[in-house]
Amino acid sequence: MKTIRLVAALALMPLFAAPALAQQASVRIVIKDHKFSPAEPHAPANRAFTITVKNLDSTAAEFESKTLRVEKVVAPGGEAVMQIRPLNPGRYHFFDDFHQDTTEAELVVE
Amino acid sequence: MLGALIIVFREVIEAGLIVGIVLAVTRRVPRRGLFVAGGLAAGLLGAALTAVFAGALADAFAGSGQELLNASILALAVVMLAWHNIWMASHGREMALNLRNVGQAVADGSKTLTALAVVVAVAVLREGSEVVLFLYGIVASGAAGFRELLTGGLLGLALGGLLSTLMFYGLVAIPARHLFAVTTALITFLAAGMAAQCVVFLQQAGLVTALSGTLWDTSAVLPDDSVPGRVLHTLFGYVDQPSGAQALIYFATLAAIFSATRLAAPARGRSAS
Repeated sequence: MKTIRLVAALALMPLFAAPALAQQASVRIVIKDHKFSPAEPHAPANRAFTITVKNLDSTAAEFESKTLRVEKVVAPGGEAVMQIRPLNPGRYHFFDDFHQDTTEAELVVE
Repeated sequence: MLGALIIVFREVIEAGLIVGIVLAVTRRVPRRGLFVAGGLAAGLLGAALTAVFAGALADAFAGSGQELLNASILALAVVMLAWHNIWMASHGREMALNLRNVGQAVADGSKTLTALAVVVAVAVLREGSEVVLFLYGIVASGAAGFRELLTGGLLGLALGGLLSTLMFYGLVAIPARHLFAVTTALITFLAAGMAAQCVVFLQQAGLVTALSGTLWDTSAVLPDDSVPGRVLHTLFGYVDQPSGAQALIYFATLAAIFSATRLAAPARGRSAS
């Protein structure tokens, strides 16, 4: 019984996971010296995408955005991936919660 | 220094308000100190561990480890709070009004105390790991402004503790016969807010994609990262830009716990109130 369920789950999995991954754009952001680069990344409007944040500093960061509705700790030297919902065109503010004074930046969705 | 103060204060009030409510709820239960302290200790230990293993945690489950951990501990807290409410509805009234049989009360109290200790641990774990990471960052970056930042952090801790203490005394000032109704409602809202927060982490992990549009935006009137916004967020789950899924789960949890609590209450209790 267990095997059947497992096989069924594995067979069904690509139906959900694969299409989402295949057509998804990804925005890459790097943190270095408590600053984001690029400081103004761009993303496509009206379709889901992922944001990948790589932290090159020796201290942890917390990538956060109210409007993007994400909040994630990025370990020193680590990388974090976040799923973002389809967005309307506009500017979306984000920052590192642990170093807010130096990390204010905006994502441009168009 | 102000930045450090605000960050630590913000995290401390979230965990502190929950501890304050739990202390008020269990005011008459013997040995509650032991359970609450146990919950606090477990939470602090968990917070330190989560901070140390933040990197490994983030990489787990295809990069969604952090979200899944957050979502599961929130779900655990919601279940514990719901269970506490339902259990108290069926047994609590007699317990609160009639404590002649102390031995029985201890046994009864312990059951629901375990659930509340878990809630305390979970709250401290979640907010604490951020404080640990933040303060560790300050220590690690060393030199410049180190002492100032640390002072800010400690002040934030003290202020957060103070606000939580005020909350506790505010609740305790409510006459005993009303306290039960107030805390039952508070815990229900607390649980609904946590359930909605749980949805956010599942959305961030890409596991929930339905109803992701923003329902309303009150960030100009009452931002949820301001102090009043933060308090309302912890107590009632207030969010200034909620998604449809968040709101749906919030109201579904509210309705589920309220009706389950009502059903669990003995008929006598219902007609008396």
